[in-house]
Amino acid sequence: MKTLQWLTVAGILSLPLIAYSGQDSSSESAAGTPAESLRSAQDFADINNEEKRSAAMFEELGKVIQHPRCMNCHPAGNQPLQGMDMTVHEPPVERGPANFGTPGMECNTCHQSENVTLAAQAKDIKSVPGNPKWHLAPIEMAWVGKSLTQICEQIKDKERNGNKTMEEMIHHMAKDDLVGWGWKPGEGREPAPGTQKSFGELFEAWVHSGAHCPSA
Amino acid sequence: MIAFTLNNQTIQFDGDPKTPLLWVIRDRAGLTGTKYGCGISQCGACTVHVNGMTKRSCVTPVSTIADQRVTTIEGVDGKEANAIHTAWIETDVPQCGYCQSGQVMSAVALLKQKPNPTDEDIDGAMAGNICRCATYQRIRQAIHTAAQQMEESE
Repeated sequence: MKTLQWLTVAGILSLPLIAYSGQDSSSESAAGTPAESLRSAQDFADINNEEKRSAAMFEELGKVIQHPRCMNCHPAGNQPLQGMDMTVHEPPVERGPANFGTPGMECNTCHQSENVTLAAQAKDIKSVPGNPKWHLAPIEMAWVGKSLTQICEQIKDKERNGNKTMEEMIHHMAKDDLVGWGWKPGEGREPAPGTQKSFGELFEAWVHSGAHCPSA
Repeated sequence: MIAFTLNNQTIQFDGDPKTPLLWVIRDRAGLTGTKYGCGISQCGACTVHVNGMTKRSCVTPVSTIADQRVTTIEGVDGKEANAIHTAWIETDVPQCGYCQSGQVMSAVALLKQKPNPTDEDIDGAMAGNICRCATYQRIRQAIHTAAQQMEESE
């Protein structure tokens, strides 16, 4: 393999005016940095009032739900966001008719079925994120700009959660592979707090405690 | 060994599976019409088709296109490609030309899905293809011309 040599030759031809503004390396953790922790259901056992315990668990779930790894693909508009500072996606792609981009510029034009560490040298981006199902959450599932209480009510509303029962929501949060991307987001991106397993277990405990929402 | 079809010819590649498709196209197959621009899927110069859909070959590990059908600017054909070809010449689209093979591949993919695209459709499809000579107005005009030509020839 002469990849390195090829890279050097190809690099000469690069277009220096193109700046990747979406991923601010200064605000992202380095690869391999331990993710922020997520408390378990047991950590809330000392709250005797079930409604308050349930709401407290949802506030903990909010550390994941409102993390940029999750919020960036739940935008309120028609453009995905990126980076810890949640700037508009570059290039300026749009949602499109199926939340999968526009004809000729679909999500998988750039996003592969897996995270791809770049062969090219770039200061601010280490990898292109990917998943077989890479797409935006439908607009009725928009989270950006909403309070955690509003997001909580939305997650329980079948009109705005993909027509899912709460048991189906547990499965979605705990097992869905695209949701799981948030904890394995590729080199150069800070993962969501905890693990999908711990998040799924806490979400299940929240549902089974009555799925109460934090007060507004 | 990774095998895929490149412009209707079988390519076999036994190097690093993570090698970007663009490297294989340019350096192994010797097809240099597809360009390296930014290397981070931000400019569109490396656009090819995989099974007829646009793909940025600079961020596509060759392992992910095993058994797939890859088309480059050298091999793209069909009524959409012919119409784009003619319209590009008539409109005198390119200036320096470096980005143009990527522009053409995106434009052809658009017309395959939207034979009569609006300005909005064109902006959507071409949003990821940067032209430092700023030939955007002529690109848009040429896509409209190609669409019109396709309609008239039916």
